[in-house]
This record gives sequence, C-alpha cells and structure tokens, in this order.
Amino acid sequence: MADLSSTFVGIKSPNPFWLASAPPTDKAYNVERAFKAGWGGVVWKTLGEEGPPVVNVNGPRYGAIWGADRRLLGLNNIELITDRDLYVNLREIKQVKKNWPDRALVVSLMVPCVEEAWKAILPLVEETEADGIELNFGCPHGMSERGMGAAVGQVPEYVEMVVRWCKANTRMPVITKLTPNISDIRKPARAAHAGGTDAVSLINTINSITGVNLDTFSPEPMIDGKGTHGGYCGPAVKPIAMNMVAEIARDPETAGLPISGIGGITTWRDAAEFMALGAGNVQVCTAAMTYGFKVVQEMIAGLEAWMDAKGHRTLSDVVGRATPNVTDWQYLNLNYVAKAKINQDLCIKCGRCHIACEDTSHQAITALVDGARHFEVMEEECVGCNLCVNVCPVENCITMEPLAAGALDKRTGEVVKPVYANWTTHPNNPSAQVAAE
Amino acid sequence: MATGLFKEGIASGRLPAAQVADNFADLHPRLDRHEAVVEADRCYFCYDAPCMQACPTSIDIPLFIRQIATGNPLGSAKTILEQNILGGMCARVCPTETLCEEVCVREVAEGKPVQIGRLQRYATDVAMAQDKQFFPRAAPTGKKVAVVGAGPAGLACAHRLAVKGHDVTIYEAKPKSGGLNEYGIAAYKAVDGFAQAEVDYILAVGGITVKNGQAMGRDFTLSSLAETYDAVFLGMGLAGVNALGGEGEEASGVSNAVDFIAELRQASDLTSLPVGRRVVVLGGGMTAVDAAVQAKLLGAEEVTICYRRGKESMNASTYEQDLAAANGVTIRHWMQPKRIVGVNGATVGIELEYTTVADGRLVGTGETVTLAADQVFKAIGQSFDAAPLNGSGPKIALERGRIKVDADGRTSMGKVWAGGDCVADAREDLTVAAVAAGRDAAESMHRVLVTA
Ligand SMILES: Cc1cc2nc3c(=O)[nH]c(=O)nc-3n(C[C@H](O)[C@H](O)[C@H](O)COP(=O)(O)OP(=O)(O)OC[C@H]3O[C@@H](n4cnc5c(N)ncnc54)[C@H](O)[C@@H]3O)c2cc1C
Ligand SMILES: Cc1cc2nc3c(=O)[nH]c(=O)nc-3n(C[C@H](O)[C@H](O)[C@H](O)COP(=O)(O)O)c2cc1C
Ligand code: SF4
Repeated sequence: MADLSSTFVGIKSPNPFWLASAPPTDKAYNVERAFKAGWGGVVWKTLGEEGPPVVNVNGPRYGAIWGADRRLLGLNNIELITDRDLYVNLREIKQVKKNWPDRALVVSLMVPCVEEAWKAILPLVEETEADGIELNFGCPHGMSERGMGAAVGQVPEYVEMVVRWCKANTRMPVITKLTPNISDIRKPARAAHAGGTDAVSLINTINSITGVNLDTFSPEPMIDGKGTHGGYCGPAVKPIAMNMVAEIARDPETAGLPISGIGGITTWRDAAEFMALGAGNVQVCTAAMTYGFKVVQEMIAGLEAWMDAKGHRTLSDVVGRATPNVTDWQYLNLNYVAKAKINQDLCIKCGRCHIACEDTSHQAITALVDGARHFEVMEEECVGCNLCVNVCPVENCITMEPLAAGALDKRTGEVVKPVYANWTTHPNNPSAQVAAE
Repeated sequence: MATGLFKEGIASGRLPAAQVADNFADLHPRLDRHEAVVEADRCYFCYDAPCMQACPTSIDIPLFIRQIATGNPLGSAKTILEQNILGGMCARVCPTETLCEEVCVREVAEGKPVQIGRLQRYATDVAMAQDKQFFPRAAPTGKKVAVVGAGPAGLACAHRLAVKGHDVTIYEAKPKSGGLNEYGIAAYKAVDGFAQAEVDYILAVGGITVKNGQAMGRDFTLSSLAETYDAVFLGMGLAGVNALGGEGEEASGVSNAVDFIAELRQASDLTSLPVGRRVVVLGGGMTAVDAAVQAKLLGAEEVTICYRRGKESMNASTYEQDLAAANGVTIRHWMQPKRIVGVNGATVGIELEYTTVADGRLVGTGETVTLAADQVFKAIGQSFDAAPLNGSGPKIALERGRIKVDADGRTSMGKVWAGGDCVADAREDLTVAAVAAGRDAAESMHRVLVTA
C-alpha cells in the first residue's frame, strides 16, 4: 500500500493535500471540518497586521465561467485577506493546532512592506505553535493597491528583502507564495531563494474579468455597476500553474527548492501531475469551494490507487519525475515523425477531424472515399500536428503513430533517421549555420 | 351494472377527468433553457452533418443547435423556420428515430442521439411565444395564387409564396386549417392547441387569405381556379380511406381510425368521448398505433392491433411500436380480418384469419381466431380521392392513384402544382415531407411567376 505521508520543509502531514489560504481556511470551524474530512494540512487564511481588519465588498465577490452543464471551470474573486480580528484568528490557530497535532498548520501573512511590521507579527504566530508561515505575495486585487500582495510579488527585490526579514526574525519555515501575474515566474522564485526561503508555493490567482454583462455593460463580478479585475482560479488555471511549477523546478538557479503546487487541482490526477512536475505537495482551494471538503477523499484514494498500480511506494518516488522531461523547444527531436491514424472501428463519422484539418491545418483527411463518407488520414499530407486527435470526440479513435527509424515519411519523401537532431543543429537555423561555418 | 373502466360496449367517462388529462399530456415535455443548453452541448457540430441530410426539409441542424448552445434561441428558430416554416409541429411529430436522430453520430456511437426534435421544439417555442416573425414579405408581385388544402403542404407553399410577394388564397374544406395537424396527429403530440397556434403564426406573415369550408369539387372547380389565378397548388392530402372488404363492416362499432382520431382531436371534453371496453385496431402504421394508444388512454381495457404481416413490415417505427406496448396495447401479427361478429347490429367481436407468405404472396392459412371487440378501427391506409378534381379530372394525370408530379411538383396541367400526401412521389407520407413538397413547389411556382 502506497504511503502518502508527506514532509514538506520539515512539516509533516498524513497526506500531501493541503487547503490553500482562502475562505475554506478562514476560521476554526472550517478548518476543524476540513481535518475531519481528511485534509493533510491547511494554510490559514491570510492574516494582516494588528488593528482594525480589512473590509470586504458587501456584494458579489465571485465571478465564474461554466461548461454547458454549469460545471464550474474557472472562478474569480475579489476577496481580500481575512476580515476577522488578528487575535481571534491567533487564538483559534493555537487551539486547532493543539486539537490536530498530526496535521500541518501553516499561517499565511501579509503586512506592509516594512521590517517593523513583520517583526511585530512573527512572534505572535510563533506563539500559536503553527508549523510555518506562508508569505502572501500574490493577492492581485485590493491589497496590491495598498503596496502589499502582488505589489511585492511583482518586484523580485522586494520579495528577496521581505523573505530575508522573515528568515531573520523567526525560526519557523518560510514558504513564499508567488503571483502568476508576472512575465517570468523564475525571477521572483530566484529572489525568494536568494532571500533564504524554505520553499515557494504557486500559483496565487490570475488577474481576470470573467464576463461582461451585455445589458448593463459592467464587468463581472459587478458591484453597483462596476467591476475590477479579480483573481482567477479553478480548473481553467491548471495548465498555467503547472508550467510555472515546471519552470521553477527545472531552473538551475532554484534547483532543489521545495515547491508547493497550487492552481486548479481538483482530482488526484491533477495532484499527481503537479507533483511529477516537481511539487512536493499540493494546495487546493476552488475544488473544495465547489464540492466541499469531502473531495479530498477521492484525491487520497485515487493517488493511492495510482501509486499502488505503478509501484510507487512513497511520494518521493513521484515528485519531480517529469521535471527532466520538460525542456526548451529547441531541444525537441526533429527526427521524431508521427502520423495520425484513424481507427475505423471506433470512428463515428462526425467529420470533425476532416474539417479541422481541411480548413485550418494540412488538408490531410479525406471526407469521401469512393463516394462514401469516410475519414482517413493521407499520410503524404499529414504533418503530425495532432489537431485531429484533439478535436475528435471519441477517445483513442485517432492516435499518433510514430514512424520507426528507416521508415519512409510519405510527406517529405525522406527516410526517418535513427538519430536525435534538434533545431540547434538544423540547416535552416541561421545561428546553426553560422556555427557550422 | 359495471361502471367506468369495465362498462360493457362503447361508453364515455371510463376514466376520471384528471386521469384523462394526465394521459393526454405532452408526450415529450418541453426542455427548459438549461436542459436545452446541456443537450445542445452534446452536438458535435459535424462536418456535412448526416442529420441534415436525413431531414426532408434540410434544416441546418448543427447550426441551429449551436445557436441554442450559445444563448441565441431566436437565431436558432430562424435557422429552422427558414427551411421549414412548420418546424414547430415537425419538432413534435416527426419520427426523428427514423430521420435525423437515426443518423446522428451519437446514435451510431452510443445509441443516444442528440435529441434534435426536442431542441427544435425548444427554439421554435421561444420564437412563437414572442410571436417573432423572421421573414418579411418581398415587394408585391401582383401575382395571385390559389392553394387547395390548408394542411402542412398547403401552408408551407402559401407561406413561401407570400414571402416572395405573391398574394395567396387558401381554399380549405374543413372549418379549421392545419390539415392532419389539426385532425390527425395524436393528441399527446400537439397539446394545448398547438396546431391552431402554428397556423396563426404562419398566417401572420400576411398576404394569405384562408377560406374555410370551401371544398373543391363542391363549392368550386379546379378549372375555375386555373382561370382566376396565376397558379394553383393542390395540397389536398388523402381524403379517402381504404375499405376492409370483410363481412359485417357496416356494423355499428366499426369505424375509420382517422375519423375516431379526428373526433378525439376536436372533442372539447375527452371524458365525454365514448370508446369500447375491448378495441381491435386493424393496420400496422402510424395511424393504427395512434388510434390504439389513444383508445387505451381514454380507458379501453383491452386494445389489440392486428396486422396482417410480421413486425418487420409494419410502417409504424420501432419507437411507435414500443410506445404502443408501453401503453399496454397488444400487437398481434400475421392475421387479417374475415368477419365482424355482430349481435343486433352492434359489434361484439371480430373473426380473423391467420396469414402466411406463400410464393411471395400473402395468403390466409384457413385457421381463424375470434377476438372479443366492442369497437373495431380500420387503419389500413388512406387513399387519394380524385373525384374533386372533377371537370378537369381527365387533364390531371394520376400515378398509382395519386397526382403525378415532376421533380418541381408540377402536375400535367398547366399552372397547377401539387405536393404532400396527395401526390405520387418517393417521399413518405409525413408532415415534414409535405412541408418540403409545399415549399419546393412554391419555389418552382415563383420562378415561373416572375418570368411570366
Ligand atoms: C392518424 C395520422 C397520424 C399521423 N401522424 C403523423 C406523425 O406523427 N408524424 C408525421 O410526420 N406524420 C404523421 N401523419 C402523416 C401526416 O399527417 C401527413 O403526411 C401530412 O399531414 C400530409 O400533409 P398534406 O398537407 O399533404 O395533407 P393533409 O394534412 O391531409 O391536409 C390536406 C388538407 O386539404 C384539405 N382538403 C382535402 N380535400 C379538399 C378539397 N377537395 N377542397 C379543399 N380542401 C381539401 C383537407 O381538409 C386538409 O385540410 C399522420 C397521419 C395520420 C392520418
Ligand atoms: C475567495 C478566495 C480568496 C483567496 N484568498 C487568499 C488569501 O487570502 N491568501 C492567499 O494566499 N491566497 C488566497 N486565495 C488564492 C488561493 O489560495 C489559491 O492560491 C488559488 O485559489 C489557486 O488555487 P485553486 O485553483 O485550487 O483555487 C484566494 C482564493 C479565493 C478563491
Ligand atoms: S495530425 Fe494534423 S496534419 Fe495530420 S491529419 Fe491530423 S490534423 Fe491533419
């Protein structure tokens, strides 16, 4: 039986599934319920500095996009950090940690960008015996206008500075939560690393407008006719988040830096993919907000079953296994040739592959053969782009079949070479030619 | 004496009113907006979609479904009605299981086609609820066209002609327009007076005058129309009913299924409509199934369809047969009527002879069976009644007992087109086929009228 127990920057939890800092972790009531449901850990909803707490809007906080059957695909929010009193939160954190010693309890923090502010709050958190802190450098709305959250996360120098202050002022492990609203995610990760962070977590939410009301011409979510860019999360952001995790995982400058993967994780499979790309554990928000805490039971059972089936005993057998396979385009093997193949027994003759290829790709799929509706790939035209596979409604009906070395590529008229060759040495590459001369 | 369900003979009030109302409720209740969007999402938007090919009116099905999915039901309705102005009725009565839905790739893939008919109904309902008219009339051409018969063929023809700017007069023998939509289609397929609502919707285009109670052959002649109008369209359907040729057919209790259905469709109170305790329906088509099912829904205790050939030869689709079975109708094969058993002029039973195929011909085996029956409905086919063509009869060529037309719907007589059930062409006797024929004839008439 696979062992799901996790140790992340020294913090132990019975499984790698943590709830991300957000409404699900806003107070003891929720967190107690989450732990009862089986979550391995939580990152408490972000605390701010002492004094009157922030106020939230009193209208809608969320916008969303849905599939046809109202499946929630993406969620957007304009909520701020906790609007509860600091000391109430701290008391609850202390009590919950006492009640659940085997679960991870990390406290998310966001205070003004001055060392005094951090110096003031860190001892208060330490006193709760929480397992660690997460620096919220990600919140993209509201707090960033006040010089916090993403306003810090978007300036690598500030990231490094604040991390350094925290490391200097607490014994607790420090996890730096990154904003995706930046063009190169490696920059803040490197900065956090330089400042001495124990780990990074990502992604926080992405600036977004989920819709526009075409009657009132106001963006959604709408507050009294106006809207603002909220933070996007949920299944839709997963591909973006995974790329960012992988970029950090394979960056030589941050090699080995623990990563807590966040963004759209909804099923065990999502979690496994994040971990394979280099995340040591994962955090979840939208899936819990959509389905309730019970979803973790599917995640645990699914991850266990997959690990058992594949013979992975512990999480370390999985974490980072896909990282070496993430590379730059220029290193992809140009001698790898694949052709689409349509399984005629599975084909339901919808013709989507044909029209996709005909109108937008390489005119490589028939529509009629001998007067009958028949869809078949013409190998001499197929560039192997895979579009037909992706638009085909039947799973595994169209497959990409690699040509073996020595086989003839009917499109180019060339024989498939047995050796690896990439763009860096390709004759059409001006830089390569210069090098060759 | 037994009451209600078990009253002997032919009697009304077999079931409580609430039960009857429930029995005759919408066969396929309408989809609400969300259901429609979810169902629309199942459509793959096929290239050169098979469903479109299968639709006799060639509605752009993938497009109208996509318009539903994207929240544009009015646009969707326009796509439908552009090809088929009776798209609302067709959505209710088309045997989609043998038309568009039969060839839906999802039927092929998983045995669950996209519910095209119900989606079509959703979109057309939205448009009709708003009385949204999509097709403004072209400038008047000054041409006058007469249409005989306000059934699907005649209405589709008239509408298309009106849109093209011609002035149309429809002559309809019955007091109400709609043809079999009003008098023939099973009640549970077109509830809440839909047939008349659709007629009103179609006529709202303008330029169409309907003269009800005007029968050709009785009130006017074809030649008089041909003299007065620039063109004539005949959409008279099938006014005749095939006879049984059996003994005792004249007994009370024996009637035409189509008459029973027409009476049922016109009844203001279904509980006052009498039906037998034991009913036998002769035939194997849609009419037989409709009569049998509706007799059952009225409270007949025992309803049996007797068909003279095997299941595979039945004209009623598998879906219709299943519908009959689900409603408790028994279908028996390989038997033909021999004699109505009457007592004092009232039917008490029917004697049938078993049949078989010998040397490719259907023959009786000699063995007989007698079924108890208070009421017998004949549903052995309708026929074209050529008599109303009267004076001009000889001039209009018939073919297999119906009006002969060319590919454009033109009859052998100048200025006269025909379409729908009354013509002999390869199309099936279906509402949607009649619509296609009427529409196409209108296009052909228009081409001639504007060049004349
Ligand atoms: C019981 C029954 C159930 C059916 N169910 C279905 C079904 O579920 N789905 C389906 O697709 N099809 C069904 N059909 C078939 C469908 O109703 C017909 O194919 C369709 O109505 C044919 O349209 P039409 O316009 O040619 O003829 P009709 O609908 O018959 O209309 C002809 C019109 O012409 C009028 N007329 C006739 N003679 C004259 C005259 N001399 N002068 C003036 N007016 C005249 C008639 O009164 C009538 O209004 C059913 C048919 C029957 C009988
Ligand atoms: C309503 C809401 C409030 C959030 N508040 C915080 C917060 O206070 N601090 C923080 O670090 N992240 C916050 N987040 C971001 C989440 O922790 C998480 O990074 C993001 O939602 C992506 O994960 P997901 O796709 O699983 O939801 C919030 C998200 C939501 C939806
Ligand atoms: S792989 Fe691309 S080029 Fe080849 S058949 Fe499919 S869509 Fe066309």
